[in-house]
Amino acid sequence: MIKNISNLGDAAVYCDFGNEVNKTINSKVIKYFKTIKKNNIEGINNLTPSYNKLIISFDLNKTSFKQVKNYIENIDLEDSQNINSKKLEIPICCDENFSMDIKRLEEILKLSREKILENFLNKEYFCYMTGFIAGMPFLGDLDENMQAQRLETPRVKVPKGSVAITEQFANIYTFESPGGWNILGNTPLDVFDSSKEDKPNLINPGDTVIFKEITIEQYKNFNE
Amino acid sequence: MSNNYIDIIRSGINTTFQDKGRDHLYHIGIPFSGAMDNRNFLIANKLVNNNLDSSVIEFAYQGPQIKYSGEKINIAITGDVIFTIKKKGTQIEGNCYKSYQIENGDEINIISTNKSVYGYLALGGEFDIKPQWNSCSINTKAKIGSNDGKKLDIGQKIYLKKINLNKDIKKTNYINSKIENIRVIKGTNFDYFSEEGKKIFYEKEFAVSKLSDRMGMRLEGPKIDNIVNTNIKSEGLIKGVIQVPADGNPIIMLSDHGTIGGYPKIGVVASVDYDRLVQMSPGTKIKFKEINLSDAETLFKLYEMETQNLLSQI
Repeated sequence: MIKNISNLGDAAVYCDFGNEVNKTINSKVIKYFKTIKKNNIEGINNLTPSYNKLIISFDLNKTSFKQVKNYIENIDLEDSQNINSKKLEIPICCDENFSMDIKRLEEILKLSREKILENFLNKEYFCYMTGFIAGMPFLGDLDENMQAQRLETPRVKVPKGSVAITEQFANIYTFESPGGWNILGNTPLDVFDSSKEDKPNLINPGDTVIFKEITIEQYKNFNE
Repeated sequence: MSNNYIDIIRSGINTTFQDKGRDHLYHIGIPFSGAMDNRNFLIANKLVNNNLDSSVIEFAYQGPQIKYSGEKINIAITGDVIFTIKKKGTQIEGNCYKSYQIENGDEINIISTNKSVYGYLALGGEFDIKPQWNSCSINTKAKIGSNDGKKLDIGQKIYLKKINLNKDIKKTNYINSKIENIRVIKGTNFDYFSEEGKKIFYEKEFAVSKLSDRMGMRLEGPKIDNIVNTNIKSEGLIKGVIQVPADGNPIIMLSDHGTIGGYPKIGVVASVDYDRLVQMSPGTKIKFKEINLSDAETLFKLYEMETQNLLSQI
């Protein structure tokens, strides 16, 4: 299942599942991730699943590349039924104050604002991974006619809650951060909540997400 | 609540609480954080008889000026740091790697780090601060950790929930060794770079840029040419990873790094050199030297043994 296992530095194992980005490969990554996490192996102190890679970090005082590699090669994977994934509905407001890059997208995609939003909203997204900043979900896949490159100069501050797209992916800025994705709208929902230590992320790898448009009034009243 | 506290008279440039950091959170986007220079963090705690994972005050370049109120307490500063202690009108120059007893009204003024970046101030006892995910380490970018994830600020009062006074003054003769070469292990995208680019990486000098912080260290030098692709599909990062974006200037991921990145990885700093790497201040010249995995593992074990020896002698 894993194409190649190598070392990333002296304190991490780099598992390569291939170069394509698709659900099948990502589901394998997540399966390994969930199994290793559940097994709670002494010395392994972090796991980073992504589209088609899994990085396993370990404490060099407690274990080594050789030992972790050996463990991975002999792992008994969990049945996929045991992977519980959720289906989530995320409210999004595409008021002109929020859809900061809609004009740019209209030009690049050669589609009207209405068509862009319609395409975006009539789609179910799969969460491949979370990270970069805490809780940020990397969602896919956008159709080819919706794919745009990142901004040439990233914004220094992208507002919290911004929903943005680039290439085949969509994401949500869980807090104010620099960023270069094309912003379509904003969600009033807290996608990352650091006060919930056991479950800070609303969206987790393997989950399915749909966006539901709300008006600016509904947005304003959302947290009341 | 006890009546032992410090007042922050001047906050310094980047003053935070740090401990051993938090693990098992990369998958949700939260890095380890923790003290940048782990060895100096441990020595600071040992000098004041603390648990080795107690929170200390980490500062960068210019440190804080603080006034202490309460019962007698031990303090120690580690790193390469210039500081003074003011006691009832008399002021003394402080020495690193030595504990001092301070009392009600005394002031500590951490003027600057000397040709280095980070220093540590440990107080004998435990700060009354709230951990998040089992760590008080502050990650200011993600606003996570104690003090609401913010830097310590002027005018703040920080209480200690307990103090452990030790009458003996402890010291060690530790000297922060400087190294010329940072040892690296080949990265997973090493072959993305041209033969000339690989040669530049191992043979030329790079200077630490001013745009360096707890998240990352940017380097300036000859451009490292990529012949495959200047982007990869986003994937995990770990501290010490050296990424080379399209502009050809390497960036080294440090303790508060973003957990996912899309630039090719040319190398990873060997764990043995991490504490010394983070102490390289802007303008310092770095040269990379390749080592293999088994040498990196052995060197790290020796470094750890040396740290344990140092601690056991305090």
